[in-house]
Amino acid sequence: MGPVERIQDNFARFLDSDIWHSFRTSPVTVVATVLAVVMIVAAVIAPLITPQDPFDPASLDLLDAFTAPVWTEDGLWRFPLGTDDQGRDLYSAILYGSRISIGVGFASVILSIIIGVTLGLIAGYVGGTTDAVIMRIADVQISFPALLVALLLNGVLRSVLPGSSHETLALVVIIFSIGMSIWPQFARTVRGSTMVEKSKEYVQAARVIGLSSRAIMFRHVLPNVMGPVLVIGTINLAIAVLLEATLSFLGVGVPPTEPSLGTLIRIGQDFLFSGEWWIVIFPGVFLALLVLSVNLLGDWLRDALNPKLR
Amino acid sequence: MIAFVIRRLFQALLVMLVVALIGFTMFRYVGDPVAQMVGQDTSLEDRAKLRQDLGLNDPVPLQFARFIGNTVQGKFGISYRIGRPVDELLADRLPATLELSLLAALFAIVVGVPLGVYTGLYPRRWLSHVFLTVSLIGISLPTFVIGILLILLFGVTLGWLPTFGRGETVDIGLWDTGLLTVSGWQSIIMPAFTLGMFQLALIMRLVRSEMLEVLRTDFVKFARARGLSNRAVHFGHALKNTLVPVITITGLQVGSLIAFAIITETVFQWPGMGLLFLQAIQFVDIPVMSTYLILVAFIFVAINLVVDLLYYVVDPRLRVERSGGGH
Repeated sequence: MGPVERIQDNFARFLDSDIWHSFRTSPVTVVATVLAVVMIVAAVIAPLITPQDPFDPASLDLLDAFTAPVWTEDGLWRFPLGTDDQGRDLYSAILYGSRISIGVGFASVILSIIIGVTLGLIAGYVGGTTDAVIMRIADVQISFPALLVALLLNGVLRSVLPGSSHETLALVVIIFSIGMSIWPQFARTVRGSTMVEKSKEYVQAARVIGLSSRAIMFRHVLPNVMGPVLVIGTINLAIAVLLEATLSFLGVGVPPTEPSLGTLIRIGQDFLFSGEWWIVIFPGVFLALLVLSVNLLGDWLRDALNPKLR
Repeated sequence: MIAFVIRRLFQALLVMLVVALIGFTMFRYVGDPVAQMVGQDTSLEDRAKLRQDLGLNDPVPLQFARFIGNTVQGKFGISYRIGRPVDELLADRLPATLELSLLAALFAIVVGVPLGVYTGLYPRRWLSHVFLTVSLIGISLPTFVIGILLILLFGVTLGWLPTFGRGETVDIGLWDTGLLTVSGWQSIIMPAFTLGMFQLALIMRLVRSEMLEVLRTDFVKFARARGLSNRAVHFGHALKNTLVPVITITGLQVGSLIAFAIITETVFQWPGMGLLFLQAIQFVDIPVMSTYLILVAFIFVAINLVVDLLYYVVDPRLRVERSGGGH
């Protein structure tokens, strides 16, 4: 079988599978997926579909400040969702902001998967004291809300790093804070499935032919325990995006020069009382829709892959 | 039972020690405590003297022991930013946060459990779908967006409720309460709703899924076969058996309420501990940060302990298993 046929074959099998059927028959999931994909794609190609670069001060005109959305009396077609206090087009700002939000979200989930899966794999495979130490740490951490852990890590990191590097390292700091605050979930799941896999025959066979523990763990056990990680990863993407938005809203997240959705909401909050509601509402709605659709997708994935519920 | 309690107490103590170590490390090694406490023009001799007075030249284990001793006595040092003892600052702020969190928890339980039972018993009714959809939105809407929407609607557009602060408070001994005045109640409605919304959705979905699972079990079928009334089956058999996870999650959620209060307090400028902590982070005010960490950890550990002990009361199976002398 050539590679093309193999792909076609796999695709046909996918179309024939339970999962595809469950997906197709759940309109909410289809809508949520379409919405999530559209939002993520729009964020990625933001420079191509927005009229201005909201981060470039040269493209802003203060005279445009506080333009209302287009369907109100004072609206302009140039600014479909209105502008903020600096004359930034909100539509552009939201897409550019969601770029940062989604980017930070993905990066922190990937970081937490790397940390969590590695530690979970080691804990489950090696067992004994190593297992006890790793899982105790995970237990303690998981009993604190991720927001608190992220805030603390953020605070400590910012106080350790010299002041001049805050702006440049802000993204790294926030990705690290979020990633480190959600790894225990992955570690727990992977440890559980690793302990199941460990006693299976293929692992014993690999041991008999003299493979190193590391090779067995990462080449043989790892692929078999990644399934649930995908589900938790999807749910945690929503959590990570929310965490980033929250940290930025609280003023300890990404620097104001590159506003994410949370920063936009933080800025917009100042104009609640003066009547410029659109500055805060649109980024808020966008963020909520993004999190909602990823959540729905994660919920469906969890149910679809859970044999207990079939 | 006693062995279990002792083991849990020991674990709790260990966690607190670890947290204290983190707090101590932050205090001792993040920045120089002496440089933070004195002005620019303090001479080197004065600094050295202060260093000696603070005991920063002693062996590190001794310093840690002293740190723990001070913490147990409630002496948390002096805030770098405000220049007042941290315990005073926190004592000022604690009532505001606790009143907010407890009211939010109460709201979440009182509304969440009945909604969960309803949606669990009648999963196909349209009202259940409405509740579920709303709860999903409640989970997905960020806390601060809910708060801002509420402010916009009830504070700005309708002008019914105050949008920031606690309103008038009454000092009753050690406690500074806002729950005895009309303006205090008006002020707490929106923050408590905002804070409780997420927990409400969580509790409701949890009760629902537990109910669905329990209703499918054999003992519920048997209860029905015995001709028990719906009421007895639903509340006596089904709901009772959903309580273990509900108690755990709700208990643990009280802790996260205190953490999420940071957001709510920021949105509504609620003068609680969360706001203090957030300002401490922005100004790298280490004594306040580490004290908040230790205090919140203490609350968490205490709640965890109580929840674990409650298990015993609620779930007789646990008692049997343990007293049977292990497996």
